[in-house]
Amino acid sequence: MPANSFNNFTEYGIGIGLRVPHYRHILAEKPVVDWFEIISENFMVDGGRPLEVLDKIMEQYRVVQHGVAMYFGSADRLNREHLKKLKRLVKRTKTPWLSDHLCWGSVDGRYTHDLLPMPYTFAAAKATAANIREAQDFLEVPICVENVSSYAEFHASEMTEWEFLSEVVERADCGILLDVNNIYVSSQNHNFDPYAYLNNVPHDRVGQIHIAGHSKFEKYILDTHDHPVLDPVWKLYAHAVKLVGRTATLLEWDDSIPSFEEVHHEALKANQFIEKLENATA
Amino acid sequence: MKRSKRTSSSKSSKTRRLEVRSRAELKALQSLMATAVFRPLTPEEGMQPRWIDGRTTSELASTFIKPNDRLTAFDRLEIYNRVYWFRVLDCLYDDYPGLRAVLGERKFMKMITAYLAKYPSASFTLRNLGSRLEQFLRDEPRWIAPRPELALDMARFEWAQVIAFDDESKPAITPDDILDTRPDKLRLGLQPYLSLLQLNYEVDEFLVAVKKSESAVLRSEASNTFEAMPHSSGREKRPRLPKRKRIHLAVHRHDNDLYYKRLDPEGFVILTALRAGASVEEACLQGLSSTKRTGVDWNEEIKAYFNNWTALGWFCRFSKK
Repeated sequence: MPANSFNNFTEYGIGIGLRVPHYRHILAEKPVVDWFEIISENFMVDGGRPLEVLDKIMEQYRVVQHGVAMYFGSADRLNREHLKKLKRLVKRTKTPWLSDHLCWGSVDGRYTHDLLPMPYTFAAAKATAANIREAQDFLEVPICVENVSSYAEFHASEMTEWEFLSEVVERADCGILLDVNNIYVSSQNHNFDPYAYLNNVPHDRVGQIHIAGHSKFEKYILDTHDHPVLDPVWKLYAHAVKLVGRTATLLEWDDSIPSFEEVHHEALKANQFIEKLENATA
Repeated sequence: MKRSKRTSSSKSSKTRRLEVRSRAELKALQSLMATAVFRPLTPEEGMQPRWIDGRTTSELASTFIKPNDRLTAFDRLEIYNRVYWFRVLDCLYDDYPGLRAVLGERKFMKMITAYLAKYPSASFTLRNLGSRLEQFLRDEPRWIAPRPELALDMARFEWAQVIAFDDESKPAITPDDILDTRPDKLRLGLQPYLSLLQLNYEVDEFLVAVKKSESAVLRSEASNTFEAMPHSSGREKRPRLPKRKRIHLAVHRHDNDLYYKRLDPEGFVILTALRAGASVEEACLQGLSSTKRTGVDWNEEIKAYFNNWTALGWFCRFSKK
């Protein structure tokens, strides 16, 4: 049964990101995996090997699209050409939902290829929500927006990050991809309580959860996706599933990528928190 | 004293904090931050201390970014500035191993930094980051002196490989599709992923040697064996630069694997003419009029060309676009 109206895929289970170093293993060994998340932009191409691999993966597995370049928070209007390419891919994958970030990253057609933080103001929330609505209407697929890790805060902000996230998703009437690692990273960089964040987002809009590893530097934490998930993040994950119920969960591992088995094993650790929760409520 | 200086009226108007109460103000903040992110790093890989208008970058950063108990506004903005440059430089470093070998690492890094400062990414995907490199090198050949022709050849060759990897593939034409069309009326399209290059250096063989030497270095770096250590720098095995020699290359893919194939000069002329919209008959005549070879059975030769190109799937329906 769906956990909420934005989470119709409660039983999706635990997925991992589809990454190039694992292609050969996955196609040859066909390991049992609940689902794969693909980075949309890697497959928004016109031909060649990427699409061939994608088609082969889709013969065996469920695939969900995750974007990194829609830039809902950009003051510029959404790029229609980008949306058209994305829609072609949506039709190909039949992704049940699609996610991208609550951030900006381009100005006047110049791209930073980064997930830059938003100023948390009502005007920014309104502009962002309008972009999400436009994308949702055009793509005809439910959208979940993901909170990003950040290293800077703006003087202009009028509210907390979780209030901003809530304001945006309510205005856009969309789902949330709750990245608990990003919440942890930002909480350390900006001195806030990550549990306050989790407690105060609209739980009935959470359609997916991300977990990942990060790297600690002397004065800040960087969201590097190159490590196993650290303990404080697992604790946050446990709290998150308590609040939102069983939810499709995905491990991101994008750099220093180990073997497929190691990544998958790390991801499946999430099951113990879901089982614990369900045993407790049974 | 210091405090009163900082809050003097002329200073405070300059350092007024940015607000975001409208989409226009959001755009102003994002434009400012993007400008900071796109500015090249110092030689020490830090953010430039001086802003475009002569102010300190610290002062500029303080107008829109909050400090915290560990980092100043400058420090926080610098994280994004560094991440951007490391990401885009890494990308071109990986995409252009041949050009890197032609120029040498230091010169290559300086050149791509200048390129990206002039042409920040204009695409949602890093795949297109090198799309304007050839134009940049033609406009500013000082970055590739003293071997501008060789460097340009290599830049064109490596960009052609990006195209061949994932550009569009149209349905290939079979002999049956064109059986009834007269050669003077028949026009053939070429696959979008296929690039035709006339080059002055044998960059294809050079790139194979570069990749071989790089993978040997990688293997030795990944190994803990004592025998591998003397080769770990890889410098002594750097391939010799190619000699000057006119070649014609088709860069393409087959069964989704990347290939480059040498073409006869006549074959190159025929394919180039077809791509420009010439009929098969016109293209063949152009090919024949360009030849310096004698004693060739051109009927057989051209038949073999077309059989080979058709088998490789290079032909598709001609479209005026």
